[in-house]
Amino acid sequence: MTRNARLIDERITLKYGTGGGAMRALIEQVFAKGLGDVGEDGIGLAAMDDGAAIRIGDQYLVIATDSHVVQPIEFPGGDIGRLAVSGTVNDLAMMGATEPLALTCAAIIEDGFSRDVLMRIWESIRATCEEAGTTIVTGDTKVMGHGELDGLVLNTTGVGLTKRLVSDAGLRPGDKILVTGTMGDHGLAIMATRNELALETTLESDVAPVHTLVRRALDVGGEGVVALKDPTRGGLSSALHEMAEKSDVGIIVDETAVPLRDEVRAVGELLGIDPLVSANEGKAVFGLRPDCADGVLDAIRSHPLGRNAAIVGECVAERPGFIVLDTGFGSRLLAEAEGELLPRIC
Amino acid sequence: MCLGVPGKVVEIDHENQIATVDFWGVKKQVRLEVCDAPVEPGDFILNHVGFAIRRIPPEDAAETLALYDELLRLADEQDLMTADVRAEIDAAPDANRPATGARDERK
Amino acid sequence: MNASDAFAQLKFRDPERARGLRDALDRLVQHADHAPVSVMHVCGSHEQAIAKFGLRAAFPEDLQVIMGPGCPVCVTDVPEVDEAVALAKQGVRIATYGDMLRVPGTSQSLADAKAEGANVDIVYSVTQAVELARENDEEIVFFASGFETTAVATAAVLVDDPPDNLSVLSAHKYIPPVMEIVAEMPETKIEGFLAAGHAATITGSGVFEKFVERHRLPVVIAGFEPLDVLAGLAKLLEVINSGEPRVENAFPRCVTREGNVHAQKLLWRVFRPTGGRWRGIAHVPNGNLRLRDEFAQYDTRKRFTIDASALWDYAPPKLVERCQCGDIMAGISSPAGCQLFGKECTPDKPVGACMVSAEGTCRIWHQYGGRPDLRSVKRGAA
Repeated sequence: MTRNARLIDERITLKYGTGGGAMRALIEQVFAKGLGDVGEDGIGLAAMDDGAAIRIGDQYLVIATDSHVVQPIEFPGGDIGRLAVSGTVNDLAMMGATEPLALTCAAIIEDGFSRDVLMRIWESIRATCEEAGTTIVTGDTKVMGHGELDGLVLNTTGVGLTKRLVSDAGLRPGDKILVTGTMGDHGLAIMATRNELALETTLESDVAPVHTLVRRALDVGGEGVVALKDPTRGGLSSALHEMAEKSDVGIIVDETAVPLRDEVRAVGELLGIDPLVSANEGKAVFGLRPDCADGVLDAIRSHPLGRNAAIVGECVAERPGFIVLDTGFGSRLLAEAEGELLPRIC
Repeated sequence: MCLGVPGKVVEIDHENQIATVDFWGVKKQVRLEVCDAPVEPGDFILNHVGFAIRRIPPEDAAETLALYDELLRLADEQDLMTADVRAEIDAAPDANRPATGARDERK
Repeated sequence: MNASDAFAQLKFRDPERARGLRDALDRLVQHADHAPVSVMHVCGSHEQAIAKFGLRAAFPEDLQVIMGPGCPVCVTDVPEVDEAVALAKQGVRIATYGDMLRVPGTSQSLADAKAEGANVDIVYSVTQAVELARENDEEIVFFASGFETTAVATAAVLVDDPPDNLSVLSAHKYIPPVMEIVAEMPETKIEGFLAAGHAATITGSGVFEKFVERHRLPVVIAGFEPLDVLAGLAKLLEVINSGEPRVENAFPRCVTREGNVHAQKLLWRVFRPTGGRWRGIAHVPNGNLRLRDEFAQYDTRKRFTIDASALWDYAPPKLVERCQCGDIMAGISSPAGCQLFGKECTPDKPVGACMVSAEGTCRIWHQYGGRPDLRSVKRGAA
């Protein structure tokens, strides 16, 4: 059982979809019961990793699946289509499968949905697939009644092959934590579009496929890359909590070293939302052995999507499972977002 | 809640008493009718739940920094004084050592 | 140096000055003739700032900074919440600040009522409630929480010809009277107060002078940036050490002695202070703000017949009896001393309001780990 596990409630509420502790409890206590065993040499459901891995010959078949319910469907910096493709390509990459073989895409459409919007979304899917060097090979289409669904829901599944799997659970004291760029962009960009907040910003989602960036880091870091995760729902905080819990280490983060866009910081302050718990859709978090950290940092910075990469933390033996934030003024524990802070962001 | 955040006035709709205010790159509309002084573009205001409650005079930022620096200096001086006093006490022959204050048990 | 430079460079977050001020706090605490030195702040935003910037780990061990009853949502009493919940269940549409949604009443919170079908909207400003009223024909009740600074916004809206279908259910509170209560508690060890900078922007620093005379306890007004908080505490310690209690303004860029007179006039034109219960603190004379008779037409309590009795048919959950929010808010106990904290009472399933509000002591302790000993934490990143 994960640390701080709690029994799930009678009714499944919004908090179970936010990617944090509640969701992990749901997976453990309902979804993974009696399912998901892929044998010793593989990664199955119980691991709650970004995807699954099944041994085939001298390689692993990696599979990842995502559903996308983001609202609004089109947002600054992207749309549900770009999000769908990027999200799954990135999940595969987080397991080490940086050359996606193919994607599927199933669409559930609300009766009355605009054809023109649908075509725009599909153009976006095409463009992102091209950018990622992959394609959609099969899918499914359903239409539900007006009001039975909010516009459009997409599900994408991706497959890829890799000789080496990268887990998210290999940390030990002394290892370094690296982020590939600015934190909190996607979640706060979505939040800022909510009309009732009446904010005028130029915030954009960072949604992008980062598999080639990960490839470069893996090529340079090799076995020195011991944990890898994309900080989506729940932001950097959730990703670090999972890594720390699974590896049973504590992590100290230097808050002043975490790259943040000024506007993200500003919107976060205005709304009282910490960018470190806000989602990212074009970033990765690496756990690195100390001797390869600088080399991997340089390699990532040489990639267009990694210019703002930084080493932001270190693993320690104390307080396993907890993330301590050195704020520059003092320290505090970085908590996971508990409730539905930001519903429908991915 | 948007509580007590300072921002810079960019534009004013005088008729409706509404200002567009820039908070480090993010713009928001703020109402002016309870502000303590008339406001012009370029002024800094303190926003509280969508209302400007104070026009922050630019020279006051400098005053605040001076306050911090004064506190730092004062604490320094108190320290120097203690060092002097201690030196005197140590130098006096057969001086009674002052009793150290009792300290509460740490929780 | 102009304000533009200061803000642009966030000089009120300059880590070097912060280090200097922290060292100053150390030295000032050592100069006190006793330990620990206990001071209280009465503002949820101060607690948020202290928590967010991790300042507690930086305070000297012999300095206790206690959070008093400064979370307006936390001190909203059960009957007040029941009024809103009862109205919601009667089918009336309620608009309120997000924090109020999950505060427990006798048996339910507004969130519970909403889950059962009641119409409850979260707004970020009272002006949004006005927009709701303009855009809809139905009655809109604005359940108004917050201290005097926030009450000014409600007042501004009410004098600005609001729509007829809008009314205000005021749960607004006024801070200075509760400081009197805390100062008069026999168990209190508080030696000085840090006062809320934003409230003082409205009321002025002068409002504390009589308090200081009467109770011989210093009051220092502080802002909310990390340097503001550290400097405010340093000033407070300095005054405590001097043995000459007085009011000091450590937030001069926003606070003056007479305050924002225009806003004060507006506040007292619309609201009158009355005695009332604050959750867990019993009666606070002049601590509640209610609408004056001239604004009766916008007073929810006059417009509707609120029947909260059905809510009282439920026996109060047993847990509520063991809730220590009142003592915690008065600074006598801490979340760590409450048996329910972190177990039966969590942000997920709050028992007392301190766990509900983002500014509540228990919620902040739970979120940020309370006061773990992080002094030993050294920066590890490359």
